[in-house]
Amino acid sequence: MKLLTANFLACAVKGCKASASSYPLHFKDAELELQELDYQPVFLQNIMPRIDWEGLRMIANELGFPRLPDTKPEGDTLNDETTLRDLHRLLLETHVVEGKLCCGNCGHEYMIKEGIANFLLPSHLV
Amino acid sequence: MSRPEDTLYADLHYDDREAKKYTSSSRIRKIQSDMTHRALELLDLQSPSLILDVGCGSGLSGEILSQAGHTWIGMDIAPSMLDLALQREDEGVLSLMLADIGQGVPFRPGTFDAAISISAIQWLCNAESSDVSAEGRLRRFFEGLYASLRRGGRAVCQFYPKNDAQRSMISGAAMKAGFGAGILEDDPGTKNSKLYLVLTVGGGGLQGDITGIVNGMSDVDVLDARKTALGKGRPLSYRKGDKAWILRKKEQMTRKGKVVKADSKYTGRKRRPAF
Repeated sequence: MKLLTANFLACAVKGCKASASSYPLHFKDAELELQELDYQPVFLQNIMPRIDWEGLRMIANELGFPRLPDTKPEGDTLNDETTLRDLHRLLLETHVVEGKLCCGNCGHEYMIKEGIANFLLPSHLV
Repeated sequence: MSRPEDTLYADLHYDDREAKKYTSSSRIRKIQSDMTHRALELLDLQSPSLILDVGCGSGLSGEILSQAGHTWIGMDIAPSMLDLALQREDEGVLSLMLADIGQGVPFRPGTFDAAISISAIQWLCNAESSDVSAEGRLRRFFEGLYASLRRGGRAVCQFYPKNDAQRSMISGAAMKAGFGAGILEDDPGTKNSKLYLVLTVGGGGLQGDITGIVNGMSDVDVLDARKTALGKGRPLSYRKGDKAWILRKKEQMTRKGKVVKADSKYTGRKRRPAF
C-alpha cells in the first residue's frame, strides 16, 4: 500500500459515506518499507492536482515524516526537480507493508498484510 | 462450455490451484493480453494515467497497463490470485487491494483517469447469500465506479454475460448509475465473440460516448438505438378524422382482412364549411 493510494482511499462502510471524518483513513501500527522505483515526473504532474494535500500532510505527520509545506505545490513549483523527487519518494516509493487502516468516523479497521489492504466488509456494513 | 460463475463464488473458485492454472495457461494469457490491448485502445489515453483495474486477478492485464506506461491500482476478491500478482514484481502497480467490487469502490470522487476490467463484472450477477441481490451488487459497483472516475474519464469492462438478460441487466445498471454506456462486440456471432462495455463519464452529447470513441476505427458497424428512439419519442400528429388518420385506419382494416374501399383523391378530403 503506497501512500499515494492511501490518499485516495475512503472508508467503504455505508454509514460513513456522508461523514467528513471518514477521509483520510489513519494508519495504525504501520511498518514502512522503501522500494526504489523509476522516477516518473509526467505522471506526478498529472496526479498532483488530484491529491488531497491536507490528507497527505496529516498522514505523513502521523507516520513521522518531516513536515510538509503548508500549501500544495502547484504551477511552477511542480517543474522543480527536488520538489518532484521528494514527492516521488513519499508518494510512490514508500510502502506500508503491515499494519491497519482505521476510519476516523466508525473506527472500522482494515488490515494490511504484505502490502495488500483487506477491504472486504461483513454484509451488515455494506 | 461450463461457466465457473454458475458453480462457485469468485473467491472460492480461484483457489491456489485454479489461480496457478489460470495464470500459467498460455491460451488464457494470450486472450487476456489481446483483450487488454483492445480495452486500452478504447480508453485512448494520451499521457501516463492512473487506472483502476477491477478484478485484476494475478495481474495479467495490469502487466500490459504497466508496459504502456500507466500506473494502476488493482482490486480483486480472490486472495490466491493477488498472491500471484504480488510475486510478479510489476513496476507500474501502485497497490493491490482485497475487496469485493459488489460492495462498492472505496475511493474518493474523481480519483482515476480510467478504469479497466477484464472478465470480471459478470461475477457481480452472483448473489452469494439471501441478504444481497445481484441488482444491489451491480448498483453499488457502478455507482462507486462512477464517482471514483474523474469527469471525462472512461471505463472499459470486458465481460462474459450468461445470456441477453444478464447483458442488459449489466448495461442497464451502468446507465442507471449515470454512465454513458455502449457495447462493442468483437467477432460477433462466433465462439470467440467478446463484449466490451464502454462507459463514459460526463458530456459530449450523442458523440460523447462509445459512438464518438469508435468513430475513427475501421471495421466497426454502429447500431445506434438512440436515434430511432428519439424519432419514436415524438408522437405522430394524428387527429381523429383527418386524412392521415383515415388512411391509417383503412390500412389497419385491410390488414385485418376486412373489405375496404380503395383510396382515391376523394379519400379524407377537406369539405367546405356547411354554412
